[in-house]
Amino acid sequence: MILAKAKQPFNVIAVHIVLLTYTFIALFPVFIILVNAFKSRKAIFNSPLALPNADTFSTIGFEKVLSKADFLLLFGNSLLVTVVSLFFIILFGAMLAWALSEYKFTGRTLLGLFMAIGIMIPIRLGTVSILEIVVALNLVNTRTALILVYIAQGLPMAIFILNEYMSQIPKELKEAARCDDVSEYQIFFSIILPLARPAIATVAVFSMIPIWNDLWFPLILAPGESTRTVTLGIQQFIGQFVTDWNAVLASLTLAVIPILLLYVFFSKQLIRGLTAGAVK
Amino acid sequence: MASRSRFPWHILVFILPGFIIYTLFSAWPLLDTMFLSLFKQASSGERVFSGLANYQELLSDPHLSEGFWNALWNNFKFFLVHVLVQNPIGLLLAALLSLKGLHGAKTYRTLIFIPTLLSVVVIGFTWQLILSPLWGITPNFLKSIGLGTWFQPWLGQEHTALLTLALISVWQFVGVPMMLIYASLIAIPDELIDAARVDGASAMRIFWQIKLPLIVPTLGLVTILTFIGNFNAFDLIYAVKGVLAGPNFSTDILGSYFYRTFFGAQSSLGSPTMGATVATVMFLIILMGVMIYFYVVQRRIHRYQL
Repeated sequence: MILAKAKQPFNVIAVHIVLLTYTFIALFPVFIILVNAFKSRKAIFNSPLALPNADTFSTIGFEKVLSKADFLLLFGNSLLVTVVSLFFIILFGAMLAWALSEYKFTGRTLLGLFMAIGIMIPIRLGTVSILEIVVALNLVNTRTALILVYIAQGLPMAIFILNEYMSQIPKELKEAARCDDVSEYQIFFSIILPLARPAIATVAVFSMIPIWNDLWFPLILAPGESTRTVTLGIQQFIGQFVTDWNAVLASLTLAVIPILLLYVFFSKQLIRGLTAGAVK
Repeated sequence: MASRSRFPWHILVFILPGFIIYTLFSAWPLLDTMFLSLFKQASSGERVFSGLANYQELLSDPHLSEGFWNALWNNFKFFLVHVLVQNPIGLLLAALLSLKGLHGAKTYRTLIFIPTLLSVVVIGFTWQLILSPLWGITPNFLKSIGLGTWFQPWLGQEHTALLTLALISVWQFVGVPMMLIYASLIAIPDELIDAARVDGASAMRIFWQIKLPLIVPTLGLVTILTFIGNFNAFDLIYAVKGVLAGPNFSTDILGSYFYRTFFGAQSSLGSPTMGATVATVMFLIILMGVMIYFYVVQRRIHRYQL
């Protein structure tokens, strides 16, 4: 080991140069937006690469954006849709994954395959018919419509991840509970669900991002003023303010910051989830 | 009575809520969309069964088919750029990050993954600003490295807009192949690598002759995921170029073409049944990709591993 360390079989400096360069490429655009959002219009154009200082600092963009668009409402809508969808993806997904991994019943394999279709085939392709169903149910321009679609969208992946995890839970745990005459519901809610917490965290982080960032379904199912999500709101708002750079940069920043904050807290779960396949 | 009470109701209770929502809002709409594509909608709103007439029209009607073939061809180019640029960069980054004893690997991968998390709308506008001739960030940068004459309004020109959008998408999503490949690289048993190293193999040689063959299944998975993502992409085109996917439809891909046939744009009226036809064609294309993946790639990999 000491020998290996003393003589790395690769050029450490070259590796760091490549990785640093790419990290720079990945972060530079985001950095430019964040930095310029806090500058006056003149400074944005004269010195786009400089950090804001006492002379150039300005929050005029945010003032404009916040006075013209109800960002609180947009955030509220996105938050509500995302959190409620997540809750049901996890609850129903865990229930289905548990049924599929624990009980032997006729049609189990078929049900598993049926639910897996959604992993490969994007739900977007059913949009024509989804819109007709939403119209028929009188749910156009409601957050409920979005939530229902997102639950349907998120379930297949959730079941896949949770099923894999639940089938590894030791038999003894469940059998001991069954000997004590505990109901199947209690086994699920008070033993299995708490045990599956790491997998649930992975599902949550994975499902959250596409819901929060989605443009397609908000655009088609809920474009109304009162039900717009942040992503759709930004899209429409920036369209109106193309020439007002302060406002555009400020709205982009407002859209980026919550995700960055969340990432600071949950990057571990996300990366663990993404690299979980490695355990196989 | 006794046998009735033994009916496993709890299984049904566990299955039904998720099953119903998934069926109603995902599986059934997919099926119903295919069904709808077999109908024509009269101006009265009444639908008449028309067999494969919509498909015939889509593929051969001069007005519709031109747009369709254009979008399909553009979509293939869009996908090709991802395969040729995104996945090799992802592979390179993953290979470097998985080197044993590299300091800061965790920080690098956390930071490089950030663009992937942001909404495509935000990314689209961000690059629009950065590449804008008005702001001057890109022209000034090129000037500073002596390539000032290279600058062009890439997003606005017919022959460069699609490539530029594809590269923006590559920039955003390179984190996905990076993470998946990284995961499979660190799963390779240490003994294999150590044995090769003791035999004096260089890091380069270990990568090409030991690691790369072992991660072929992951490369296959990454390719099919890219394929699925690209063939129903929409947000980036819509955010940057709007419904008309300009200039002159040069950035039109199947997702944006689907949106236009369904909802209409400018002079042309939308049609749900024609929209359903386009969606079904997209479904068939994706299904074909998935089947090629499962039957050819998986089987060959299997044989290879034996």
